[in-house]
Parts: sequence; C-alpha cells; structure tokens
Amino acid sequence: MISDGVEDEEKWLTAGIAGLQQNAFYMHRALDSNNLRDALKYSAQMLSELRTSRLSPHKYYELYMRSFDELRKLEMFFKEEARRGCSIIDLYELVQHAGNILPRLYLLCTVGSVYIKSKEAPAKDVLKDLVEMCRGIQHPVRGLFLRSYLSQVSRDKLPDIGSEYEGDADTVIDAVEFVLQNFTEMNKLWVRMQHQGPAREKEKREKERSELRDLVGKNLHVLSQIEGVDLDMYKDTVLPRVLEQVVNCKDELAQHYLMDCIIQVFPDEYHLQTLDVLLSACPQLQPSVDIKTVLSQLMERLSNYAASSAEVLPEFLQVEAFSKLSNAIGKVIEAHVDMPTIGVVTLYSSLLTFTLHVHPDRLDYADQVLGACVKKLSGKGKIEDSKATKQIVALLSAPLEKYNDIVTALKLSNYPRVMEYLDTETNKVMATVIIQSIMKNKTCIETEDKVEALFELVKGLIKDLEGNLQDEIDEDDFKEEQNSFARLIQMLYNEDPEEMFKIICTVRKHILTGGPKRLPFTIPSLIFSCLKLVRQLQGQDENPFGNETSTTPKKIFQLLNQTIEALSSVPAPELSLRLYLQCAEAANDCDLEPVAYEFFTQAYILYEEEISDSKAQVTAIHLIIGTLQRMHVFGVENRDTLTHKATGYSAKLLKKSDQCRAVYACSNLFWVDDQENMKDGERVLLCLKRALRIANAAQQMANAARGNTGSVTLFVEILNKYLYFFEKGNPQITVSTIQGLIELITTEMHSDTATPDPAADAFFASTLRYIQFQKQKGGAVGEKYEPIKV
Amino acid sequence: MVPLFQSQENIIGEVLVEPTQGKKFEHNGVKIELLGQIELYFDRGNFYDFTSLVRELDVPGELYERKTYQFEFSTVEMPHESYNGINVRLRYILKVTIGRNYISNIVECQDFVVRNYTPSPSINNSIKMEVGIEDCLHIEFEYGKSKYHLKDVIIGKIYFLLVRIKIKNMELEIRRRESTGSGPNTYVETETLAKFELMDGAPVRGESIPIRLFLSPYELTPTYRNINNKFSVKYYLNLVFVDEEDRRYFKQQEITVYRLLES
Repeated sequence: MISDGVEDEEKWLTAGIAGLQQNAFYMHRALDSNNLRDALKYSAQMLSELRTSRLSPHKYYELYMRSFDELRKLEMFFKEEARRGCSIIDLYELVQHAGNILPRLYLLCTVGSVYIKSKEAPAKDVLKDLVEMCRGIQHPVRGLFLRSYLSQVSRDKLPDIGSEYEGDADTVIDAVEFVLQNFTEMNKLWVRMQHQGPAREKEKREKERSELRDLVGKNLHVLSQIEGVDLDMYKDTVLPRVLEQVVNCKDELAQHYLMDCIIQVFPDEYHLQTLDVLLSACPQLQPSVDIKTVLSQLMERLSNYAASSAEVLPEFLQVEAFSKLSNAIGKVIEAHVDMPTIGVVTLYSSLLTFTLHVHPDRLDYADQVLGACVKKLSGKGKIEDSKATKQIVALLSAPLEKYNDIVTALKLSNYPRVMEYLDTETNKVMATVIIQSIMKNKTCIETEDKVEALFELVKGLIKDLEGNLQDEIDEDDFKEEQNSFARLIQMLYNEDPEEMFKIICTVRKHILTGGPKRLPFTIPSLIFSCLKLVRQLQGQDENPFGNETSTTPKKIFQLLNQTIEALSSVPAPELSLRLYLQCAEAANDCDLEPVAYEFFTQAYILYEEEISDSKAQVTAIHLIIGTLQRMHVFGVENRDTLTHKATGYSAKLLKKSDQCRAVYACSNLFWVDDQENMKDGERVLLCLKRALRIANAAQQMANAARGNTGSVTLFVEILNKYLYFFEKGNPQITVSTIQGLIELITTEMHSDTATPDPAADAFFASTLRYIQFQKQKGGAVGEKYEPIKV
Repeated sequence: MVPLFQSQENIIGEVLVEPTQGKKFEHNGVKIELLGQIELYFDRGNFYDFTSLVRELDVPGELYERKTYQFEFSTVEMPHESYNGINVRLRYILKVTIGRNYISNIVECQDFVVRNYTPSPSINNSIKMEVGIEDCLHIEFEYGKSKYHLKDVIIGKIYFLLVRIKIKNMELEIRRRESTGSGPNTYVETETLAKFELMDGAPVRGESIPIRLFLSPYELTPTYRNINNKFSVKYYLNLVFVDEEDRRYFKQQEITVYRLLES
C-alpha cells in the first residue's frame, strides 16, 4: 500500500510537470508574439497544476519551483508590457479575471510586484492588497507556498528605510505590518495542517509539517533583515506581535520552532533588551514544548555574545539579565510540573554557563544557580536517567572549566549538594574530574576549610557511600581513582607549618574512614606529606615562641606513628615497614633518638610478626639494613641492639644464598664512612667470615642435594665486599685474607663438581681486572694493592 | 452592425425607393413604422407590439424614378432595451411598407438596438446577511452594494462563524434568470454566466475571505423587471460551498444590474 502511494505520487508529479511544461510552452509562444491574452490564459492553465492535492509537500515543492521559474519570465513580460505603455493598473485588473483562485493569486502577486516597481501606486497599498487577497487560499500547503511566493517576490520591494520604495506614504512600519501579517497567516495555515486528514496519518503529517517549517520561519528572517527594524520597533511591534502569534497558536511544533527562530534570527542585543518580553512568553507555551532547549539556546547565544566583547557586559548588568533568566527558569519549571529531571538540569546548566560568562566575578550567582537546582532536585532521590546525569556532570564541570581553579569552585556552597544527586559511579567520575582539574592547573589547596570543602566533593573516592556494592567495582578503576586521590593529597599544601598541620589532621581524619581497601593508597601519600613538613621544620631553628599548641616534629611523629598503625587493619605489613623506616630516617635527621628507635622497633615487630613470606623478608631485611646504616642518632646501646637484631634476622633467612647476602650486607652496619666511632673492623670481618661460612655451607648443601657445588657467585660477591673494606682501610682485612679468598675461588672454579657459570666467571674476571687496575694506578692505592697477586 | 439608440432620441432617416429601370411603379401609398416588439418563442409568430409609430411617406400614386423620403420620429419613447434571450426577444424595427393592389405589399425592415442608461442610484445598500445550516456552517456575507453597473466590481467578504463541514472550495456564481409568460404559462430559464472561485481549502472559524469580482468579462444585461407583463430578466449572486463529498451548499441573492450613464 505504502509503496503504491509513493509510486502514485511519482506519477502525479510527472503528470503535473508535463502539464506545466506544455502550458509553459504555449505561454512562451504567446510571450514571444506579445499576445497578452494568450499569455494570461496559458499561464493560468500552467498554474492550475499547482491546484493538486495529491502531492506531499516535498513533491509539491518541486512543482512550485518549476512554476516559480516560469513566473519569472512572465514577470519580465509584464515589465515589458508596462514599458510599452500598457497600463499596469489594467494589467492588475486583467489577471483577476481568472476564474480559479490559485492561478489568479499567483498572477496577481506577479503583476503586483511589477506594480510596486512601477511606483504608480504606493508600495504599501499594493502589498496590503496582495496579502489580503491571499486569504482566499485556505488549503495549508497551497496557501503556504503561495504566501511564500508573495514573500519572495516582495522581499526587495518593501518600503524599508533607505529603500527606493520608501516615501511619504510608505514607511518601514508598512513593510513590517506586511511581513507580520503574512507570517501570521502562514503560521495559522501551518498549524492547521495537523488537524486535516485522517488521524492515523498524524505522524506522517507531522513530518510533512516539519518539512514546511522553513517557509514560515523565512518571514522572521525577512523581518530581521529589514533595516528599519531598530530596537524600538522590535520591542514595540515586531516581538510582541510575533510572540502573540506563537503563544496563541497553541501548537507544540510551531511554538518550539518559532521560539528557536526568534532567538536565532534577531540580534543578540535585541534579545538582551527584550528579555522580559521574550521570557514571559515561555511559561505560556504548551506544556509539551521542549522549552529547555529553547531557553538553553537563548542563554547560549547570550553567553557567546557576552564572551564576544567585554564592552557589551554593562548591557547585561543594566538589564539584570541574570535575575530575569533565573526567574524565568523558575517559572517555567513551576509551570511544567512533570518536566523530567534532564530538563531541569539542562536549564540550570545553561544558566550557569551564562552567568559564568557574563558575571565571572559574581560567584554568588553561580551558587544561586546551583542552589536553585538543588531545590528543584530535592525529593527526587538519586538521578537514574543517564542523560540527566551527564547534564549534571556538565553543570558541575562548567565552573571548573571557567575558573581553572577549584578553589573558586570550593566557595560554591551548593556545589557538593548538587553532587549528592549523582549516583555513586558518576559521583566518582565527577570527583576524578575535579582532581584532574586540580592536577592540570597545579592548584594548591591552602587551608583546612578548603580541604574540608574539597573532600566533601570527592568523598565518593574517600569512602564507601551508601548503597555501594563492593563487587561491582572494577579493580583497575579503583586503583586508578585511588591513585589520583593519593596525588591530590600532595596538592594540599601550605607553607605555614601550623596551617599545614591542620590540613594534615583533616586529611587524616577523612582518609581513616576509607576502609582497608583505600588505606594502602592514601596513607603513604599522607605520610610523605607529613615528612615534608617535618623536613621543613627541621631546617628551622627551634621556634622561640614555641608553646604547647605549636607544631613540632615530635607532634608530627606521634601522628605518623598512629597513622601507620592504622594500616595494621588492612593488613599491609610490608608497606607499614617501609613507612616506619622512612619515618625513622626522618626522626634521625631531627635528632630524635627515642622516636627513631620506636619506629625501628615497630618495623622489627612487623618483621617478626607479620612478614612471613621469605621473599618479602629478604626485601625487608635489606631495607632495614640500608636504613639502619644511615642512622647516626643512636647511642651505642640502641645501635647495638638494632644491629644485633638485624644480623640475627639475616642469618635466619630461609635460603642460604639470601642469608649469605644479608649477612655480608650487615657488615656495612659496622663501618660508616664519615663517623669515626662507627668503624668496627673486627665485627666487619666477623660478618664477612660468617658470610663465607654460609657460602660454603650453601655449596655443600648443593653438592649434597644435586651433586654439584653450584656457582661461585656468592664467593665473588664476598670478595668484592672484602675489597671494599680493604680500600676503606679496615685494618682487619689483610692482603693475605684477600689472597686466600682469590685462591679459594680459583680452586672452586676448577673443581670437578663445579658447574660452569659464565656469568660468575665474567664477574670474577672483572673483579680481578679491577684489582689489576688499582695496582697500576700507583700512589697510595697502588701501593696498597701491590702485594695482592692475581 | 446595427444602429444604436436610446429612449427619447429622434430617429431620423431617409427611405430610398427605386423602381426597376424604366418601368412605371404603381402603389397604394408608402409608410414607415417604428415598432417595439416582444417575441415569445413558445408563442411563435405572435409579436406583441408595445410601441408602434407610423409616418405616411407618400400618398397612393405612381413612381417612375428613384425617390427619397425623409422621415423623423421625434423623441421616441423606447422604455425597453433590446434583448435577445432564450425564450424571448425584444427588438426594435423600422418597417417600410409600400402598399399595392392585388398583389402583396413590399415590406422592408431594419433592426436597431436600444440601450437605456441610468444614473448611479442614489440609494445603493449593501447586502449583508448571516446564514447557516444549524451546527454545520454559519457564515456572514457582505456584498458592498445591491446595485451594480455592467463594468462594476463586486467587493465583499465572507466571514466564517462556524465551520463543521469539510469545505473543499467556495465559488461565487452570477446567474441570470429569465422568466417569460405569466400564470400557468410561465417559462423560467436560468443560466450561470460566471463561476468565480473565491476560496480554496477549508477555512476555520474566524476566517474572513475577501471577494473581488470584476463584472466586465461577463456578458450581462441590465435587470429587466416585468417588461410589459411579458418577461423579466433578473440577476443573482449565488454563493456556493462545495464539501469534500462534493455536496453543494448555496445562498442566492438578487442584485440589480444597470447600465450606467457615463457622466
């Protein structure tokens, strides 16, 4: 059925075109022979093709365009006739003899255009007559096209200011009246279209109507092009009349389209000066009109206008654009009780963009907008519509983009309240956006209360929000967001230690609520933030006005200790251990022996009680040794205890090779270069000898278990250690011990049970080359090495 | 081509009689008559003379050569216009009769046309009326005048008060109603002289559609009322609505047509 319809239409169009062309041919002949009567007869017949009701607007347009071209030729002919002395008034009467109204009116418009050009009558009279006579066409499609033709032929003949048709009797108001009347009539026809024909084709008709809308909108464009339509005329005549029609037509499609048209075709400054009028029309529109898009468009235009030049900003202030828009939006939302959330949010989002552009200095305006938005959202619960959510994100991102500075946004008290309405996921996304903005702009958050405000915004990252199911979270995403939050902590900084300490306390308070999954990410960041403060204080002299409340490293260390302790709930012993060691080192630098000792104790306890994995133990022990080596704050007793423990742990590692390496590393604990009281050559040697023993034992074990002695790598490593202390001047390390070790290695390498290990061979060879090299260096070093034979 | 006169004119002329060359011509007298006749076609052969004037041109005698007779009918009363209708003809003739003995008279006729002009009527009310079909269609129409001259323009408008039918278009017809005879022998003929489309498509309540109809292209005569009790010619404006099922609704109004005396 449908395809038949289309085919039929195609046929009718073809037939229509054929009829048109045939009559056009006769018309041309008549024109060529200056036969006015025949010209009128055939042109009327030609135009009769436009009387069809069978074509869709689309196809009808094709027919119309062809007729239009032919009518141009006829118009030329009329002009010629007039020049030859034929009375244009007679011609104007003559064409009205046609019996059918549609051809008659097309001809009348055509002659009318020549009539105006001849200036034998005032343009306004002719225009008025034409626009009145066109009332005879009440068929929507035919009427729209006819009036569109009228609009087309009259466009360059309006008595506009500066136009040749302007005169005593003709003023621009006549031009405006004419266009307005044509517009009104066209709109009526257009609106009426939907009520004609069977109900079941309503959808198709709406589509067709949509295709025709530009014919109606064109009139508004013409109005906007009239020079004489200045602000006063726009305000007093044009806009009220157009709006009257828009409101009264009570048609959704027309209202939306025309409001849009008004906004698009007239200049920004007109909109600004007539905001009251324009906005007051909005609540009067049909409830189904997509008013949010209309208003958004308007605000977008005004925003761009404001952005275009700073000179126009005073205009905005003068007309109180913000409060007017704000009121209008409130009214519209009130009037449309069941407006979906997306509509509400879109409106406020546009208003916010507007105020950010126009009143960047009026943060209170921005906050008002957010506040109003919160008010409208209240009672609706979390927003579930994904589009609305997107709009909220846009709404919240706008201030960040505008100010490039979260600090400004933090002043918006309603900002976090809007975020409340986001679902947990989006809330997190928004939080990440905020953090990214801070990172990008390297914004420093400098006060405690700002930190509080900021954390209110990103609280989705800080802790689990209600209703959040753990299993839904993607592990990678979680890591990502926690890492970014950890980075954020580093941006919270104030040079003043007091304030910084407050910030730290606040951060701590918040992150401790984060639960075991978040702590491993957040605590290290906070710890380093604290340590930074410690280093800052350490550089300063003791505060002469120091009192109970002032911030001291001691206080911070207490806090650090408690903070790291929190990790035990996770648990994350390896991480805690590292942090304790970091703190110990910082305490060392502050000369706080008991504190440092406490941190070490904590680290050791963790090592003993929590770290059971042997690989983790190896790593931990090396960290302990490394840190301990750098500690200079300890007295002999404490130091002995700690080193003793460390060596003890080393010897108790599971794998012999690990034991060996840890033990020879311990040797460093007894020999600190720049500290004279920390050079205990004997104990160094003891460690190294013990390492050798373990290496031996390792070989024997290997021999027993696998039938080969394995690699000599450990021996070469120990040799290198010997050489190190030899060079450092440890009197216990003698040429002969080194010599003996070299021989031992050589023997081992050549023993039957040895496993060839190219890496170890190369290591050994290069160690020997080093000795050779040192020998040749000459001087004190060369002398020292001289006795060693290789 | 025929001569044209109007009432009260002097009809002056000459009659030329020329006998056949060289022969004597005997007659019983020559006369000329001016006749106003109404001829009803269904009553063929019967003329009714409403005007009859005679001028004797010659007494009985003989003619030997060509002779010219001057004649004059002064300020002739010719109240009716010439008319050529469907069932009736009104005509004026000049009839010359040469009477003869024993053989039939020689009769020669000449038609002429009479047109009478009237000044613009001093009273010319508009026609304004509200009509309707209950709950279907209510309109108010207005024609600017009730009396129109032949080259006049009908200006008016139709205002729609209620539209419940699906109107396809609206036309204005000019109809001529010629009635002849009287009593049971009355014959009425109606012709539609003009069909003029006023509106295309269906209007809604509150629409006002303009009317502008030039009468000059149509061949109208003035309105003739009861010409000698023999016939009448009347004109009507017929407003016709056609709905989508091609049903026609109409309202007919008589107008008076007159021949305007150009001042």
